[in-house]
Amino acid sequence: MLKLDVQNLAKRFGARKVFDNISFTLEPGQSIAIVGPNGSGKTTLLRLLIGFSIPTKGRVVYSEEGKHLDFDSYRKHLAFVSPYLALYGSLTARENLHFISRVNGDKVSDPEIESALALVGLEGRGDDFVSAHSSGMLQRLKYAAAILKNPTILMIDEPTSNLDDSGKKIIFDLIDKSRKDCIIILATNEKEEYSLADRLCQLGS
Amino acid sequence: MPTGSVSWAAKVFAVARKDIVSEFRTRYALNAILMFALVTLTVVSFAVGALSPSREVMAALFWIIQFFAAMSGLSQVFVKEEESGTAMILKLSSEGIVIFFGKLLFNLFLLLILSIIIIPLFVILLKSSPENWGMFLIGVVLGNVGLAGATTIIAAIISKATVKGALFTVLSFPVLKPLLIAVIEITKVSFLGGTDAEVSSPLQLIIAYDVVMTTLSIMLFDFVWRQ
Repeated sequence: MLKLDVQNLAKRFGARKVFDNISFTLEPGQSIAIVGPNGSGKTTLLRLLIGFSIPTKGRVVYSEEGKHLDFDSYRKHLAFVSPYLALYGSLTARENLHFISRVNGDKVSDPEIESALALVGLEGRGDDFVSAHSSGMLQRLKYAAAILKNPTILMIDEPTSNLDDSGKKIIFDLIDKSRKDCIIILATNEKEEYSLADRLCQLGS
Repeated sequence: MPTGSVSWAAKVFAVARKDIVSEFRTRYALNAILMFALVTLTVVSFAVGALSPSREVMAALFWIIQFFAAMSGLSQVFVKEEESGTAMILKLSSEGIVIFFGKLLFNLFLLLILSIIIIPLFVILLKSSPENWGMFLIGVVLGNVGLAGATTIIAAIISKATVKGALFTVLSFPVLKPLLIAVIEITKVSFLGGTDAEVSSPLQLIIAYDVVMTTLSIMLFDFVWRQ
């Protein structure tokens, strides 16, 4: 079983302390919401958890059956959805999903892609170029990419960013369905999203 | 949800294919490379065409055009990913080595397209052609492999820089100098109709350069890419 162990994590940008002494452990079936006001370091903490940034102090350890996993080993289990994550504007939605799945090492069929698009409310929009997508459609497409990866760790920055009410409902249902088999980490400052996780990690208090 | 897994080579081709499809739709690098090549060739043909320069000079001119045309577009392979914010999804989706070889293949593809366009135009506009076409084409292919190998890792390095500007050409020139000297020598001999024995040393140098540069790039790439 995959395990995420965050040990005394601290981050500073020069003299400015963003956060310190963050510790928690997560296993599939558990979830945490990183909450706090703007600028409190939610996205920074997510970047540290993914491995895109180096902590000033502390460690992020991914392990499976007691064995430490390196970036390439845990990356395969991790899906990340964020408004800051860009997709390829010159490719269609379907081409983006095919490409992301393929470089990830997964073979996915057209019906599987159609089914992922339908799950996020983008049925029939597979041939639209991503450059023509609205920000809400783009956010839904990122969720479709995450669904196709079938992750064990799902990290979501601002889960309902750019989404309308129907989009929010779809995403809440998706997170709820993933809860049983996934480690879910959310970064949000929307109070209605706090309930999506079992625990809160308060920053900037 | 996925029904199976794909091979390492299939992942590499997926990266190269994505870049080729994207390139033909946006012409991000292709237009810059081709316009530079066409303008330079035209200017050179007007300037030196009437002077009937020696074949040694012609060999050097060919690689000057090829080198600077390549410099105008090859860096885009990583700069575009960083500037559009798609580097993050690539980093999360695949191993660094897959990305490196995919980008290397794409740069090699661009260089071969460039050569296919430059060579006939060079022959027509400058009224000069190699005596030994086989030797000339071997030099072009091996030169392009070396150019692609070196410029792919340099493109990855400069994509992290805040001020990119002319950094790509400035960093590339010293790294590519041994390759350019050897490849110009082969081109010169091919223009003069020399024998295979005359190019054995530069040929060995290019092959060694291609192997060393690709190996070094593989070793360095993960470090550069993950920064």
